[in-house]
Amino acid sequence: MLVVPLFGLIIALYAWPVINILWLGVSDPELGIQNYKLLFTKSSLVKILWTTIRVCLITTLFSVVIGYLIAYAMVHLVGRERNWMLTLVLISFWVSVLVRAFSWLTLLGRNGLVNAALVGSGLVEEPISMIRNEFGVLIGMVHYMVPYAVLPLFANMQGIDHRVMDASRSLGAGPLLTFLRIYLPLTKPGVIAASLLVFIISLGFYVTPALLGGGRVLMVAEYVSVQILITVQWGVAAMLATLLLSGVLALLYIMSRFMNIGEVFGARG
Amino acid sequence: MTKKKSIGWNFIRGFAWAGLAFLVLPTLIAVPVSLTPKRYLSMPTGDVSLRHYINLFSSTEWMSSIGQSTIIAGFSALIATVLGTLCAIGLWRISSRASEVIRGILLLPLIIPPIISAMAFYRIWVKLGLIDSYLGMIIAHAILAAPMVLITVSASLANFDLRLEQASCNLGASIGTTLRRVVLPSIKPGIWAGAIFAFILSWDEIVVALFIAKFRIMTLPRRMWDGIRENTDPTVAASAVVLVLVTISALTIYTIMTNHIRIHESSEREENS
Repeated sequence: MLVVPLFGLIIALYAWPVINILWLGVSDPELGIQNYKLLFTKSSLVKILWTTIRVCLITTLFSVVIGYLIAYAMVHLVGRERNWMLTLVLISFWVSVLVRAFSWLTLLGRNGLVNAALVGSGLVEEPISMIRNEFGVLIGMVHYMVPYAVLPLFANMQGIDHRVMDASRSLGAGPLLTFLRIYLPLTKPGVIAASLLVFIISLGFYVTPALLGGGRVLMVAEYVSVQILITVQWGVAAMLATLLLSGVLALLYIMSRFMNIGEVFGARG
Repeated sequence: MTKKKSIGWNFIRGFAWAGLAFLVLPTLIAVPVSLTPKRYLSMPTGDVSLRHYINLFSSTEWMSSIGQSTIIAGFSALIATVLGTLCAIGLWRISSRASEVIRGILLLPLIIPPIISAMAFYRIWVKLGLIDSYLGMIIAHAILAAPMVLITVSASLANFDLRLEQASCNLGASIGTTLRRVVLPSIKPGIWAGAIFAFILSWDEIVVALFIAKFRIMTLPRRMWDGIRENTDPTVAASAVVLVLVTISALTIYTIMTNHIRIHESSEREENS
């Protein structure tokens, strides 16, 4: 059978190890739910979860709004301008997360270009700290996530019959009313899919918070890596991984009711 | 599609371009920084210099990282492409309820957050003695990339008429010959797309590399990670430019190879919707 080699490989060296990790959440250092109890006793853990959710929600909001505008413009344009837009979205989609983080560090750092411009123009006297805080993390994450919002929205908007809008206009509704009452509701599935996709990917984000947050904006993924590589507390790390994975799978399930998930991932390119 | 020329529309169009500028321009900052003649991270003022590129390409450490990343990305893309393609064909031929469940399981590496994949690989690689080895990196990246190949090849197969395969078999060709002479040629674009995406995925993968590469294996992203944390040496900017150029070249190859097919497919999709 042609399926066997990959299926075997993924079961043996991927799915099984992942299950083992989840199992560690209730078996390390000893059998029981002591790791989960920490969620109620250790306030730093709750703070990390809350930071993660807050950062992801804000990221989702901004990414989807920016993504919506770009997708809307792309759908309504034709020819070269649209192709250029699509090319730029795809390029930014594929640029390494490390290179992005490096660029933002260089731009937003204390001696970075943005601060130099602000101080030089006399707008501020002292450089503003824009990295090693939540602002930097948010900029970096929104920057990474916008293309993920654009692609499902674009796919959704392409499927909309524009004669409906013409009908609305000819019946006397203004452009704003037509948008709010007709277009926006029609793009709801796209908005929901894009929001869920962005939120899901943001939840597990590691590189951007670690580099742009400079250790001060601790999110789940970074905390997990510290637990494993530095303090070697597999139990706590595994417990958080289980929470993360359950969140992701639950949201994916909701998303699968709005959109063909394979299509969304297939859109990568 | 109706053309609008209202103020509101131009406003949206302006915003969209501003959004795209936000996406693309900041990434370009690495280019001028890499050309600075100074020894620390800075924008060049007046003079530009290639010293950091010379430094990058003459440093044994950076060159070994580039070499290692190329080897790992090449082999993992090869393995992912072969296994992913075979698997896609297999699932396509048995398409049933069970195959959908299998497909779901096979897509897990794309869905599970990278940090969890990294934990899983780290723990089992320690047991298997694969930590910090070429083989360990190649297998891990192949597992992460194979689902991508599965998706692109499955998409190609969806447009392929199953009856062509049956016709070939009825005319006496063996299954092997049918696959090689009938099926594979018509799903080539999907295979190429999968192979190129798999290469890029491995080429700039960092999270798993942080966990399972330590000393002997130091991929390019892994070395850049350390460089970014120190945040002083402009050689990192030069390496960032090289990293992105390789990614963009791979995408360009992909675009050239599949361009006419994509145009064809998208026009078909518009007709259907």
